[in-house]
Amino acid sequence: METVTKTQDVTFNDLPWKIEYSPERCTMCGSCVAACTFKAIEPGVERRSVTISTAHVPEPTQTHRAIPVIKQKNSVANFCRGCGMCEKVCPNRAIRPVRNDDSRLNMLARGGGNPIKRGGRNNLLKERTLDKIVVGRISQMTDPSLDSERHTFDILAPFGRVLLPGELPFSIDDGELKLSDWTPPVRWIYPVIFSDMSVGALSTRAWEAVCLATAYLNEKYDMPVRMSSGEGGMPVQLMKSEYLKYMIIQIASGHFGWNRIIKAMPHMKVDPAGILIKIGQGAKPGDGGLLPAAKVAEHIQAIRGVPKADLLSPPNHQGLYSIEESVQKMHMSLNAAFKFRVPVAIKCAASATSVSVYNNLLRDPYKICGGFFLDGIQGGTGAANEVSLDHTGHPVVSKVRECYLAAVKQGRQGQIPLWGGGGLGLTGNAAADAFKMICLGANGVFLGKLLIQLCGCIGNEEGRCNACNTGLCPTGICTQDPRLVRRLDVDKAAQNIVDYMLALDGELRKMMAPIGNSSLPVGRSDALVTTDKAIADKLAIQYSC
Amino acid sequence: MCRIGAIKSKVAFHPSQALRLMLPQQEGHDNSGFAMVMQDLDGVFGQYKDKPLLSLACTQKGAQMVENYMEAHNFTRVYEWVPKLNRKPGLDIKAMPHYIFRCYDYPEQVQGASQAAKEELLLDTRLALRALLEKEDQGYAFSLWPDVLTLKEIGDPRDIAVYFRLWDDSGELMAKNVVVQCRQNTNYDIVRYAAHPFFIQGYTLCANGENTFYTKNKEYQKSLHRGYIGFESDSQNFLYTLHYVLHQLKWPIKYYKHVITPLPFEEIEKRPDKAELKLIRQSLGHLEINGPNTIIGMLPDNCLITCCDSKKLRPVVIGGDGTTIAISSEVCGLNVVIPDRDPANDVYPDEREVVVITPELEVQRWKQ
Repeated sequence: METVTKTQDVTFNDLPWKIEYSPERCTMCGSCVAACTFKAIEPGVERRSVTISTAHVPEPTQTHRAIPVIKQKNSVANFCRGCGMCEKVCPNRAIRPVRNDDSRLNMLARGGGNPIKRGGRNNLLKERTLDKIVVGRISQMTDPSLDSERHTFDILAPFGRVLLPGELPFSIDDGELKLSDWTPPVRWIYPVIFSDMSVGALSTRAWEAVCLATAYLNEKYDMPVRMSSGEGGMPVQLMKSEYLKYMIIQIASGHFGWNRIIKAMPHMKVDPAGILIKIGQGAKPGDGGLLPAAKVAEHIQAIRGVPKADLLSPPNHQGLYSIEESVQKMHMSLNAAFKFRVPVAIKCAASATSVSVYNNLLRDPYKICGGFFLDGIQGGTGAANEVSLDHTGHPVVSKVRECYLAAVKQGRQGQIPLWGGGGLGLTGNAAADAFKMICLGANGVFLGKLLIQLCGCIGNEEGRCNACNTGLCPTGICTQDPRLVRRLDVDKAAQNIVDYMLALDGELRKMMAPIGNSSLPVGRSDALVTTDKAIADKLAIQYSC
Repeated sequence: MCRIGAIKSKVAFHPSQALRLMLPQQEGHDNSGFAMVMQDLDGVFGQYKDKPLLSLACTQKGAQMVENYMEAHNFTRVYEWVPKLNRKPGLDIKAMPHYIFRCYDYPEQVQGASQAAKEELLLDTRLALRALLEKEDQGYAFSLWPDVLTLKEIGDPRDIAVYFRLWDDSGELMAKNVVVQCRQNTNYDIVRYAAHPFFIQGYTLCANGENTFYTKNKEYQKSLHRGYIGFESDSQNFLYTLHYVLHQLKWPIKYYKHVITPLPFEEIEKRPDKAELKLIRQSLGHLEINGPNTIIGMLPDNCLITCCDSKKLRPVVIGGDGTTIAISSEVCGLNVVIPDRDPANDVYPDEREVVVITPELEVQRWKQ
């Protein structure tokens, strides 16, 4: 008989997931234990009272036996993440994780005085503004809706600094406008950018899958989708290839990988699609990047030029204390690096101060900021303090809208393209999210976590998995462990992304056609309605009921 | 869908012609209003071509307010024509108490000023009059420009014509250009300012259809120019863009079409002038229109233009007989006003075409 002696001892009913196990179905094949990267389960032996009958006729007798079983570990270090790999591999459906509503993990996991860290997305905010908005202005009779299958649609967005009409250096020659001077580079690209996830945060193979999808969409389907490298450098081979033109190279406060990038510059055959200066990200605003030592494998050390250690990007760019300085130094030097042929944009975490930042950029006299990327609180990350993930940040929808309207007020809408991200496509419906953001004033959106979910990531906003920081990613996506990475079928992952993007493209047309638009309805807020009065007031869209 | 039209002739004609052009197209308008802008005037205004002409519909008090303002700002009245109204009972018209068409001399201080300075003064004066009248709801100032007369009224176009005696062909009201519209009221309260043709600084425009980028256009135009106000109708966006491209940016007329219906990027890439076209599409993206439209415009130099949306979702036809050319939503209008023309020469512009009719009645067509 057991008595309650030490109530502080951790048992699995304190943990967020309980393993539900049926010994009578289990054949002890060991698949689940092998599949569990968190060592949350282990083989064990239990003393059981069993009734057996071994004679030719029933002679049941009761006995005690040692039965081999699969047990959940009673340990915070090895708590089950609910990833479900055990269930995936079990041939007999004998095991699965079940959510424990009475979890005490938040009280237990700060052992050693360390903040809780995890990956994934915000697990606190459940409400989605975009799901409360619908496209309610449908073309009916007075103007015809278009045919999404038959009409041609210009689904492109600017990346680069757009000049005011009066600033265009045109001269008139024989009734023709002639360009007579340099203008900032602007690339017209697909309005969905594959967001920055670094080599390091992602396994090399997962990063490669996103690259493959990007190239395939461009080469095979003429969809000019661009991918951001993230702050972890890029393979030299890629930088020396033609495919560099599909890549947006990111620089963040750690400058990881830039030594290699600079050395590769003389060998670049083509210009990259753009440069993205990361000031902050929505998942952990005001905090720098974090790549735990567990994920800094040899190849990551090589690409970033660092030893095996926790890689912490500072929370700000050293020496940057004002927008003006940022514009002068970073924008100018990165513009100059590629001889002013490549647009340079900036990515910030959405914040109560975003409009001020955007206004400053809009007024920059050098006209060298080619995009303002706003990342909202529901953005994902490979590693962050949980307190950052859940409790800091700003919703992106109203902030993009405010930035757009601030530009409208000055007659500068569209000059610095607005790109929104952070939880877009969270429900799997990225086309609808993107379309609504565009109607509210975004030129385009960027998607990150959705891509790895297409690669097979099973993490969600209900606390499932979220172990991107551990190096133990059960799907081989956010890990550098070669044995785990082998779980990822790169071609299948790339194919999933390609298929999704083709579907998204079709869905975008399906939303443009009913409102009668053949080009993206940037700022067409009259197309949206909401049954939520507060949202209607905040976003200046029509309230309906 | 409103029905729109324009007539241009080597010989001055009466507004009754404009009515004859429009009335057969009754299927497409709902007797909610009639409006026209006449330019290159003859008749009673023939000898005042260089004098700013104010077109006004107002109350007694409004008339006094305007008089006081113009006097205070040193505009001297040189001629006034007041229509002899036919107040026959039973007419479907929501008439204003007063209709004033008055020519002024420029204030002394701008007599020797440049044309541009005079144009700015006239715009500011019209805007001031509009604000003045709007504040107390005392009337409407439609245009203040030399050699241009505007009439807008709510009601049945036939009754409006009876009321103003436009059928009479008395020789008083005549012009070589008329842009005209009969309304179908779908989207907006029936207010006089919402009736096209719209006018700003010598540019006249009317359009039919629906501008699905109205919000985008309006939000952008509000900050472009002090004269871009009102927005009672989405057709105003087209006028303001026309004015912005030609008057403010001073670009050749062909670029108007590139602004409102830019070529798809795929086509731009194949063009020798792709750098310029891409920049135009980038910088003026918020002035793109994206709906079913036909546009008829009249320029300060008496040229008429017409073009359509990029999917050709609204009809328009141009026909003439050497002396007179008309643009019309429907060919039945042309058949009435220019019956002896050769219909084989009629022009039906497509979605990428711009047609310009010069003062010499030369028809220029070009592909975007």
